[in-house]
Amino acid sequence: METNLTSQKHTPKDYKNGSAVRWCPGCGDHAILNCLHKAFAELNLEPHEIAVISGIGCSSRLPYYMNTYGLHGIHGRAAAIATGVKVANPDLSVWVTTGDGDSLAIGGNHFIHAIRRNVDINIILFNNKIYGLTKGQYSPTSEKGFISKSSPYGTVEEPFNPAELCFGARGTFFGRAIDVDLNNLTDLLTASAKHKGTAVVEVLQNCVIFNNGIHSKITDKAYRPERTIWLQHGKKMLFGFNNEKGIVADANLQLKAVTIGQDGYTLDDVLVHDAATKDSTLHLKLAQMGCDNDLPVALGVIRDVEAPTFENEYEKQIEEVQKKMPVKSFTEFLMNSKNMWELK
Amino acid sequence: MTEKTVVNDLKDVTVRFSGDSGDGMQLSGTLFSTLSAILGNEIATFPDYPAEIRAPKGTPQGVSGFQVRIGSHDVYNAGDKTDVLVAMNPAALKVNAGNLKKHSIVIYDSDSFQKKDLEKAGFKTDDPFQELNLNSVQVIPVAITSLTKAALEDMDVDNRIVLRSKNMFALGVVCWLFNRPADIAERLLKEKFGKRPLVFQANVKAFLAGYNYGNNTHLTASTYRIETVNNEKGFYIDINGNLATAYGLIAAAEKANLQLFLGSYPITPASEILHELAKRKDFGVKALQMEDEIAGISTAIGASFAGHLAATSTSGPGLALKSEALNLAVMLELPLVVIDVQRAGPSTGMPTKSEQTDLNMALYGRNGESPLVVIAAFSPTDCFDAAFWASKLAIEHMTPVVLLTDGYIANGSSAWKIPNMNDYPKIVPPYVQKHFDGNPSTWKPYLRDEKTLVRYWAVPGTPGYMHRIGGLEKDYYTGVISTDPDNHQRMVKTRQEKIDKIADFIPEQEVWGDQNADTLIVGWGGTYGHLFEAVKKIRKAGKKAAFTQFKFIAPLPKNTEEILRKYKKIIVAEENNGQFASYLQGKFKNLPLYRFNRITGQPFRIEELVKEFIQIIEE
Ligand SMILES: Cc1ncc(C[n+]2csc(CCOP(=O)(O)OP(=O)(O)O)c2C)c(N)n1
Ligand code: SF4
Ligand SMILES: [Mg+2]
Repeated sequence: METNLTSQKHTPKDYKNGSAVRWCPGCGDHAILNCLHKAFAELNLEPHEIAVISGIGCSSRLPYYMNTYGLHGIHGRAAAIATGVKVANPDLSVWVTTGDGDSLAIGGNHFIHAIRRNVDINIILFNNKIYGLTKGQYSPTSEKGFISKSSPYGTVEEPFNPAELCFGARGTFFGRAIDVDLNNLTDLLTASAKHKGTAVVEVLQNCVIFNNGIHSKITDKAYRPERTIWLQHGKKMLFGFNNEKGIVADANLQLKAVTIGQDGYTLDDVLVHDAATKDSTLHLKLAQMGCDNDLPVALGVIRDVEAPTFENEYEKQIEEVQKKMPVKSFTEFLMNSKNMWELK
Repeated sequence: MTEKTVVNDLKDVTVRFSGDSGDGMQLSGTLFSTLSAILGNEIATFPDYPAEIRAPKGTPQGVSGFQVRIGSHDVYNAGDKTDVLVAMNPAALKVNAGNLKKHSIVIYDSDSFQKKDLEKAGFKTDDPFQELNLNSVQVIPVAITSLTKAALEDMDVDNRIVLRSKNMFALGVVCWLFNRPADIAERLLKEKFGKRPLVFQANVKAFLAGYNYGNNTHLTASTYRIETVNNEKGFYIDINGNLATAYGLIAAAEKANLQLFLGSYPITPASEILHELAKRKDFGVKALQMEDEIAGISTAIGASFAGHLAATSTSGPGLALKSEALNLAVMLELPLVVIDVQRAGPSTGMPTKSEQTDLNMALYGRNGESPLVVIAAFSPTDCFDAAFWASKLAIEHMTPVVLLTDGYIANGSSAWKIPNMNDYPKIVPPYVQKHFDGNPSTWKPYLRDEKTLVRYWAVPGTPGYMHRIGGLEKDYYTGVISTDPDNHQRMVKTRQEKIDKIADFIPEQEVWGDQNADTLIVGWGGTYGHLFEAVKKIRKAGKKAAFTQFKFIAPLPKNTEEILRKYKKIIVAEENNGQFASYLQGKFKNLPLYRFNRITGQPFRIEELVKEFIQIIEE
């Protein structure tokens, strides 16, 4: 993606179009949309060099609200469509907006394979732990026991953690944010755009209508500093109202939340976040932190490692082949066939 | 494209088993001929013993063979040239090379084609086929030795018996290729080895392993040649339908000045298109093997949105998976070529057998009113023209096109005159910058050319034309999502009309044979060669018959009804249960239709066509 240095600086409104936004008032999707506009401005991307691709769901309506190129696809297939766009034109900045149902249920296969290939696309996964558009069925991220229209007695199945899928597919970038923290969400989106390869940004998003408050245990201002941690590469893993808490690892690499100055823990014991290390063991552990293990939910860039992208490797291979077999016209190519004969 | 073709059903096949004198080739040959005789074939056999009884193993002097010619009638000799050679070692290939027909099939034991084996047989390079100038033979490598060993692993027999069972493995492969039932072979082996149970068991096991290997790997060998009777001077190559399809796409991309993209997932009998395009990086082709068929077409849609000539290739089960995405392409109005190499269904059906049973799926297999273009190729070489046409219509009319070929023409090969690309029409993408004569701010994504109703192609990356498209219904003028009742009806009608108008851009339908006959024989797609032959024979027999073969199915050529109304009897012949006949009947009322349907997984049989058609003509 090249930014046009000669053009003047873009502002968020350059990426907005006039269409009325049709999400429910109070829906977390509004915030994500605004943060994306801001991130694009920060990255100073040219609107005509952006393609936003989506599947089906409330979250997948987002491309309609962008003054960029956009394709509202079919349920679950956005990652595959985006792969085609990016491979065809690697100069485009390609984004996917998708839901937990769209990407992890019907589109699970395309999601993991896009990640495995490491196509340079940015996937924003709106995780509201519910099917919004179809009015409130449980989703692959709903907790076990979750009661919904399609699980009136509670589900009897375990949910996915999107990060586990991402790392299982050998993902090179994973970040998480909450819809109510606009600045951090914007920063995370910007970071994901800078990553070369498939970037997955999970946004814990509130569906006010069908799953209101599902994330409030951690997003409410009253708890947020205690129940979340904003990870930053190269920085100590500190959290709490006054950054008085930290994450430490015991001898078995089990993570623990401690208060500095208590039980003999000092600042030196607190782990420093290394998002860029290839080994995903610790990234996985960080992504698994949550209320059920008495640890803060990890937000920010959890993993960001360098690796060749699919489209670059593909272009490289084309170049290599063309070096050995210089491009000919189709007719010349046929005239060089091994088994050609002439009828005189 | 109305080239004359002759179908060469290799009903007369000459098969030669050849190997070291210890390889048991005589037995394979005898069993194969007995088996064929039981199945009602006439046979002639020709055993062929080594020049020197004690020649060293693996040398040309030690080669022993057995040739069988099978046929439907009048088989008097063992056939002088070989159609199918089973070569157990390089020496066997060498000795028989001069006797191979140009397009013969060579099945060889890849385990015994190692460096030292090649040296023993006197080869100087590691490519014996090249060295013997066998460029047009179909080569089928099978690791016969190691697969036989593996098959007999759990049997308590010595290595000598194992190695002596290789011939049965080879026989099993050949029986699979020629549809010889395994149970008869088993019976024959019992007669032969019944008294030695262990040897019998080893042989049967090896035989079945070979047979199953053929089945499991979807081994096919084209036993049909479709000769083009083309006396035009020029340069020729031999080409099968899948290769011609791949080439047609490449040629169209070059004409349109676009890059070619293929999103695909392997499936018999279509995989070869993916293989060829994956090779063609010299043309910059991007051919992606995706995680499934849905991803195959979805990436193609993405690539089309981004401005490539995009295609996806598959067979029936894959087309079924693609239908939702294909419908998206209908709504997006983006160019897309979907190739369906039809095979026998339903479900997994008979993957290596050919049929014309996907027509209804191509025409109707989607939710909603979903019109698109359907084209069917006539012959292996016509796959080139058909793929070129499919690409041209897709690009110039901003629509998905389904190109139907079938397993028979996909694997069948024929001589193809290298075309002069100047004879092919231009392909002009309706780029918004070039074709929309307004300024970008008045442009809307679903504004259409008045005459063709084609919308313009605004490729991401183009300044000023940012827009959003999707599968939701949109307003006729603004392109914005709309659920307005009248607008929806108008959009449905418009999408249909856009496709119907394509009839103005395709060739008129032609009729061959006796224009003034009472009877018109109608076919479509890959049955062209057989029907053409049959009509020729009918006319030779003194009966009058007219013949027309459809390549453009949706829309039909403009003069279709005019042609059909001229005849008292219309015989629609197809390898399905009457899908095209019903399609015609739905469009044109009260046609005097007769249906000829064969759904055997095999190509038509010309004698059968002639007999039944004459009955109808004389009725
Ligand atoms: C093939 C297909 N199956 C089902 C649907 C119905 N459907 C639309 S959106 C959706 C789930 C949406 O949930 P999610 O992806 O979490 O998005 P959200 O609305 O919550 O943002 C379903 C089942 C569809 N449009 N297409
Ligand atoms: S249903 Fe839920 S997710 Fe959908 S727009 Fe309304 S609040 Fe947002
Ligand atoms: Mg959801």
